[in-house]
Formats: sequence, C-alpha cells, structure tokens
Amino acid sequence: MTELPKARIATASLAGCFGCHMAMLDIDERLIELMTLVEFDRSPLTDIKTFTRRCDIGIIEGGCCNEENVHVLQDFRKNCDVLIGIGQCAIMGGLPAMRNAIMHSDEPLRECLEEAFINGRYIRNTTHNIPNDPALPLLLDEVYACAEVVEMDYNIPGCAPTGDVIFETLSKLLAGKFRGFERETIRFD
Amino acid sequence: MSDFTFTIDGTEITAKEGQTIMDAADDAGIYVPRLCDHEGLRHQGGCRVCTVKADGRSVSACTQPAAPGLTVENETPHINKLRRDLVEMLFHEGNHLCPICEASGNCELQAMAYRLDMTAPTKFPYLEPCRPVDASHPDIALDTNRCISCGRCIRASQDVDGKGVFGYVGRGIHRHVAANGEDLSHTDAEVTDFAISSEVCPVGCIIRKRIGFATPIGEREFDKGLIGHKISAKRDD
Amino acid sequence: MTPQTTTTPDQGEVARICDAFQSDPHRMLDILRDVQDRFRWISRETIRTVAEKTALSEIAVEGVASFYAFLSQEPKGAVTIRLCDDIVDRFAGLPEVTEAFENELGIKIGETSADGAYSLEYTPCIGMCDQAPAAMINDIVLTALTPDKVREICEDLKGGKRPQDLVSHRFDDLTPYERAIRMVDNNIRHAGAVLLGTTPADAGLKKALDLTPHQIIDSIEASGLRGCGGAGFTSGRKWRFAAETPAERRVIICNADEGEPGTFKDRVLLTERPHLLIEGMTIAARAVGATEGIVYLRGEYVYLRELLQDVLDDRRARGLLGERIMGMAGFDFDVRLQLGAGAYICGEEGALISSCEGLPGEPKTRPPFPVTRGYLDLPTVVNNVETFCHAARIIDRGAEWFFEMGKKGSHGTKLFSVSGDCLNPGIYELPYGLSIRKLLELAGGEDAAAVLVGGPSGTMIARDTFHRELTFDDLATGGAIVIFSSNRNILEIVEYYMSFFVHESCGYCTPCRVGNVFLQKAVAKFRQGLANPADIEYLKDLSSTIIETSRCGLGMTSPNPILSTLENFPLIYSAMVKPSENRIRATFDIQSAIADARHLAKRRSHIFDKDFGE
Repeated sequence: MTELPKARIATASLAGCFGCHMAMLDIDERLIELMTLVEFDRSPLTDIKTFTRRCDIGIIEGGCCNEENVHVLQDFRKNCDVLIGIGQCAIMGGLPAMRNAIMHSDEPLRECLEEAFINGRYIRNTTHNIPNDPALPLLLDEVYACAEVVEMDYNIPGCAPTGDVIFETLSKLLAGKFRGFERETIRFD
Repeated sequence: MSDFTFTIDGTEITAKEGQTIMDAADDAGIYVPRLCDHEGLRHQGGCRVCTVKADGRSVSACTQPAAPGLTVENETPHINKLRRDLVEMLFHEGNHLCPICEASGNCELQAMAYRLDMTAPTKFPYLEPCRPVDASHPDIALDTNRCISCGRCIRASQDVDGKGVFGYVGRGIHRHVAANGEDLSHTDAEVTDFAISSEVCPVGCIIRKRIGFATPIGEREFDKGLIGHKISAKRDD
Repeated sequence: MTPQTTTTPDQGEVARICDAFQSDPHRMLDILRDVQDRFRWISRETIRTVAEKTALSEIAVEGVASFYAFLSQEPKGAVTIRLCDDIVDRFAGLPEVTEAFENELGIKIGETSADGAYSLEYTPCIGMCDQAPAAMINDIVLTALTPDKVREICEDLKGGKRPQDLVSHRFDDLTPYERAIRMVDNNIRHAGAVLLGTTPADAGLKKALDLTPHQIIDSIEASGLRGCGGAGFTSGRKWRFAAETPAERRVIICNADEGEPGTFKDRVLLTERPHLLIEGMTIAARAVGATEGIVYLRGEYVYLRELLQDVLDDRRARGLLGERIMGMAGFDFDVRLQLGAGAYICGEEGALISSCEGLPGEPKTRPPFPVTRGYLDLPTVVNNVETFCHAARIIDRGAEWFFEMGKKGSHGTKLFSVSGDCLNPGIYELPYGLSIRKLLELAGGEDAAAVLVGGPSGTMIARDTFHRELTFDDLATGGAIVIFSSNRNILEIVEYYMSFFVHESCGYCTPCRVGNVFLQKAVAKFRQGLANPADIEYLKDLSSTIIETSRCGLGMTSPNPILSTLENFPLIYSAMVKPSENRIRATFDIQSAIADARHLAKRRSHIFDKDFGE
C-alpha cells in the first residue's frame, strides 16, 4: 500500500476566544489517527508563524475585528486551497460582533472604546486614555464575519463545535466524502 | 360539508370543514415547518416558512383552507430550499448571535435552521439593526433587534391575555414589534402573561429577567429533538 | 400670511378632530391626516388622545401613524416640500432642482429648518412623470421644475406667500377644476372612443335603471372588460361574485391609489371624467346591490380632493347619489372620499381595504377574497378608476360596441401613461393590441433603447422586441409606459426601482420585507463593479424565492426589474462582473474599514498603508 502524501493544514485564531482551537484538541486520542493523514503548517498549535509552503486546508477561528485579522485571513486565503471557518465567530462575527449593534452615535468606534477603557462602570483606568501603542493593530469600524472578507469554502458551526463534529468533518473532507452535517449534530451554541 | 380528504406528500389525510392545511396536517401528525404560527393563536401567514404547494401553487399552509382532493407538497427539496432561504433571511435581518443569546437551545428560529440544514448564515449581508433594548420593566426586557416579526406576542396579548401590550410599528424593513405606549414599564405586562411566556416568543426578543440560564445550554428544548418532533410523534402513536 | 411654525399640538383640538369623525376607529387615517395637516406631526401625546377617543390602544394608533409616509412622529415644517424622486424625475433634472431647494432653504433633503418653517424630503412617484420634475408643496402640486423656478418659489414662500399662491394669485377665486388644471397639465395626446372622446352625461346610468342587476352584470361580462389596474381580472365576474354573496350590505370601492411609478392615467380621468367614474360606481352599486361606496384617492393626489368632493356634492344635489337615485325606489348609494397618506402598497386591494378601515395598509389574507369578505367583512367590489369609467360607457353603448374594439382577450381601449425619453409624454387612449413600436412612433420616442411596460412590477423590454403588443396575453400593463434612451444606465434604473420596492414593502411577510433589501444591495454591487460572476445566479435565485413565497402581488412582482433586465439586457450584468482576485472579496474595503480607527489613533496602518513604516 502506497502512502498518500499528508494533507497540510494551517490554522489561525482571529477575533475569537481560542475555544475552537481547544475544541480541536477535544478530538482526543483520534488526533493520533488524524495525524497519520495530516501535518500542521502555520498554526498556534505548532507555533509556526508564517506559511512554509502552500497548504491544502486552512482553518479559521474568529471573525475580523482589526486590520491584522484581515491581513491574516487574506494571507490564509492566498495560501490555502480550502478554507474552513470554525465556530460562530468565524461564521457570523460571534461575541465580538455584539459591538456592531450597540453603537448609536456618529462615532461608534470612539463610543465603543471609551465605554471599554474609560467610562464603563467597572473600569479602573487611572490614565483615562484609550490604549494606543503603535504595535496595536487598528480596529475595524465593525466586526466582520470571515465570509464578508474572503470566500470561505466550508463552515463548521458551534460555540465551540464539539471535537466529534470537527473530527468527523475533517475526516470526511480529507476522504472527499463530506456531504453536509448530520442534522442532530448541528448546534450554534 | 362533512369531513373530507386530501393528500400531503402522497399521504391521504382527513380534514374538517374550516380547517387550514396546517390544522389538518397537525391533526394527522404531519409537521409543516412554521415560525409565526403557534397553537392557540390566530393564523397570520407572515413568516412564510410554512409555504407549501397546493395543486402546484405556493400558499402558506397556516392560512390556506384545506379542500377536498387537494394535492399538497410539503417536504420536497425545492420547498425546503425556499424555507431555508426564508430562515436565513431572518438570521441576516436581525442580530441573531446565538452564543450570546439566552434563547439559544429554546429558539425556534435556530431550531428551524437545524431542521432545514442551514449550517451557516452567510448567504446575505447582515443588516445589523441598532434599536435600543427596552429594559424598563422590572421583570421583562425587550430586545427587538432579535424580533422576527412573527407577531405571536401581539396576538397572545390581545386574544389570550386580553391586554394589547404589543403591536407592530413601522413599515417594510423597519417594521417591528413595540410595546404599547412609551415603554414596557408603562404597560400592564406581567411576567405571568401568556404573551411573555417562553412558548410565545420563538426567539430571544422577549426576555424574562433573572432566569435566562437556569437551564444550561445543551439541556434545552431543541437539544432534545428536532423542532416539530412532537407533532410528528402523533403520527407514530 | 407667513407659514406657521410647528406648535405643540393642542390636545383639545386633536379631540375635536376625532369628534369630526365621530371618533370612529375606522376613520383613523382621516383623523391622523387632519392632525398631521394641522400640527405637522403626531406627537406621543396626540397618539394618547386619539387612542382614548377612539377606544383603541396607543400602539394601534402608533401602528397607523408609523406606517404611512405622509404621517410623521417628528415635527415637520409648516411648509413640507416633497420632491418626486422617481427615476424619470431624476433624468429630467431632479438633482439640480434638489440642489436649488437645498441652497435656497438652507436645509438638506430629510431635514426641517430650525424655525420649523420648511421640511424638504423625497417621495416616490407622485404621478407627474409626463411633467417631471415635480413636487408637492403641502397639498399643492408644482410640475416641470427648474432651478430658476425653484428660486422663485422659495423667494415667494419666504416673502409670505401661501403654497396655493404659487399656483395663482387669485387661487381662492378659482373653481376646484381650474385649480387642478393650473397645477397639472392633462397632456391628453390621443383621445379614444371610450373615455376621452365625447361621453354623454349619465347616459349609462339612465340605461342601467331599465336593466335588472343581472342584465348589467351580463352586459359587463359580455363586453370582455378586464380590470385596468394591472391584474386584469374579469370585471363582470368580480361583480357577479359580490352580487351572489348573501349580505345585508355590500360595498363598491374605487381604487384611485395610482402608485405604480410611471402611471398617471387615473389622474387625468379623475380630473376630466370624475362624473363618469362616479356614474360607473353607481351602476356597479345597482348591479351588485351595494349601498356604500368609497373612492380611495392616493395621498399624492390630494390636490384633486376638492374637485371630487364637489362632484359628489353635485351628484347628491341632483339625485344621482343618495337615496332613491334618479327617483328609483330602493336604489340607494352614496360615496365617500378616502385619502391615502403615502403608501404604494395600498394599491393592492386588500391593503386598500385595510387602509379604508383605518388600519396600516397591509394586504389581507386571501381567501377570503374581498368579493365575499372585504371592507368591514362585507362583500366588496374593488375596481380601478378606468374600469368603472369603462363600465359606464359599456352600459351606455352596449357590450358589443366595446367587445369589437381591441383584440381577442383584450377588449376595448386602454389609457397609456407615456413618459420618459420621448417628445410627447402624456396620455394615449388606444385600443388594445398596439405594438410598442407603434406607440413609440406616436409618442416620438423612436430613439428608445428600453421600454418599461407596466412600471417596475411589469417588464423592461429591449429594441429587438418592440414588435410586442400591448395586450393581457403579451405585454400586460396597468398603463405605465416609461421610455429610456440609450443614454440611460439600466442598472441605475433597476437599482432605483429596487429601492422603491424596499421603501414600499409593508413588511408583513419575510421574503418581501427582507429579500428586497438584499436584492437592492446586490444590484448596487453590480453598479459599483464589485459583483462576482456568481452574483448573477444569486440574483435569480433570490428573486425566485421572493416571488414564490411572498404574500401579495408586491413581493410576487418586485424582482421583475431585475429579472426582466437580466433576460433582455444580459450584457449589462455580465459586463460588470469580475471574479475576485485570490478569492478575496472586492466588496470588503479595508481602507474604509480602518478609516475611523486611523483617525482616532492618529496613526496609520503598518499593514495596509503601503508607504508607511518601510
């Protein structure tokens, strides 16, 4: 039996909580099985920061709340054949996207930052400044779902998706047998 | 006119005079997906999720009278695609961020998405309404950014509670449910009203304060079974 | 008299307005219209008073107040200027007219001046496409506007003239008819045999007295008359259904809510043939056994209110309305005028009935149909202005006379409202069956590149199909013919019409309320050159969902501007699409997305400002 070349996977966590990456680890001992089929390239799991070469699959957790998220997502789109959004933040913005709907002023971003760093009820910020280190990426006007920024190929719903769903979906995709999710396994929470 | 029969997806069912297609289907244990319709409330025909083909014509099953010999198509790939589009439209119209919504797991919109295989609402642009939340009432809050305009609360309050706490305001994409008068605290709404009960608002628009997460995620209504399974179960009995 | 600035509504007077309508909740639209006219807005307090008086909940009153475009919950100027925003007006110089108003009044569109004297806003088609650009100034209509005219108008208004003084300095001495024709030209370009030729007064009604109701309906049915509002339902059958429904009372409603952009034929009939219209309604009343009638006049035609009121009064005085019409025992019928308040959807018969009942203009669930359960649950015939006028003439001249005109399945004549890029915009009464090419010749529109038949909910056709005929079976139309020359941008037209439907959807059902917004956004993407090849399929797919699932005719036809141009002008779409580069979406604009943050942080982007940090 000739061994198939392993699929290369890259992953990134954008504006997410890293929960979906943790959920990937919930695949548990089946990881060993998975690792016979894949190898990881750029990913927080490998600590590889840039693409070493083109990947078959990119997995994106989180949506885009700042310019760096956009940059990473676009980079993934350029370097991966198939891009998979994982979790509600990647799919529709998720928790960070709450800010999109609570902004009523003409300067929503200022309002949002002032609430977060100056005016909020539980804020103790003696400098009364909004952090503005040059190393901080610029925030976007609102939080964008990944599909608003680049074309996504698949989405795995959940907050976070269970290890089972992630494993099943990846295995089927790798085998070219993915035909959609089992109804009973779909959850958005 | 006495009882008569017609077919839904090839199954012959019996209907009484005056019944809509949905009434008769419910009695027969055939589930027709719906959001704005609710047992015990007047039919509205607004969400259009119950769209079926009756003798080839698109109608809303909740308002269309059943008729002798009618051929109704319900669960076809084409019709379910239309329904999926409608559900997806509603996801994009409001702010339906399930992970932050206390209705998650009890939400009929979400459950309908599950049933109709809508895994990710990415088809349309997000409209992201920005209406203020009405938290004026001591026991109830209203977040109309999650309203799907089903109007169930309006009919429940008028017809069951005899109150008229809610109504529609606005037109077109701006149309939404609002409280009678200035805000909820100025109404005679009580948390014990039928209109406020968990079964009336299908989404997380009407919120009963302080009980949101009493039942943990994973153990809620639609974690136990697909939406509609209770009606389908009648047929198996 | 200087325009009055906005006042806090005196609740005593609000109550008196309610009293004038016996505080009847079914007259809610009249009450709120009068309150709006008097105080220029409907305040929270006013809503409370009206609710108390009519024994409705505040939310029920607010539901009506927030539905109609001409009612406002914010104070409007004592003089409210509504510029007709139709695409025909835009092409006829609306942008310059708008600019002139903005400069003269010192306010932008959508604003009210700080002193409460003026409001400036856009409103969809007000039925003056043959003399665009046009505007309503309170209840006055001004047409064929130019920036110079606007400067004059504003000077006059600021100098203390009332809006009506803009029409004539002796406005108060003019008859309602004189006022109407001074404001608006009829532009009758071709008078046909039925409606715009000679029409002997009440000849049909006299003959109807000698016929049994059955015979009247038989005659209407035999004439082949079909509804002239657009849907084309056989009028005789409609009357028969209503007549056959057992009831104590029946109702005749005239649909004069002529809202389809590009349509203005009823405007001309209401001005020139109002007696014929009421005659037709009276005949219908005899045929179906109705005692009550309503003329539902669109709010945009408020300038015709007095004229119609006078006609009704005159007919009552002459025994042509009221009890014992023409001395016939048991023939009792009277008509009231119901003004709309800016809602296209009210042209849909169920919505029109809702509106007559004092409700938001939402279509009713069908079945039951209005002929069995309509206005206040009574059997109701709703017909278009033109249909009633035809009916009166048919009873006078006989079914055969009418049947002989036109084509098989499309009998008699039809009024066409022709506007856009042509030499002779106006009204053409012609037998059914004329080709578009022939009509273009008559109107001096031979340069047309596209013709919109039946308004946005109809069909947009291209040069290669100008041989098509105006019949119910080929190109059905309620009367709108809008001509576009090759200088016009089809996508701009389509985007405008989609924004019209978004504005006019009542919001009752999901597909129409939400789906049309997505269609509009998608067309905008094409216009901006940001569309993908896949977006063409997206337009078709979304359109078909909206058509198949919508609750009423508005949603079932709203995608037509897109679908008919995709079919007849496919190149304008395919020329605008390009595949996204590296599958990165062109619609996402990083520069605008970080503009706010850049401004707030007072620094530029390390990543996306290429010249920075290198």
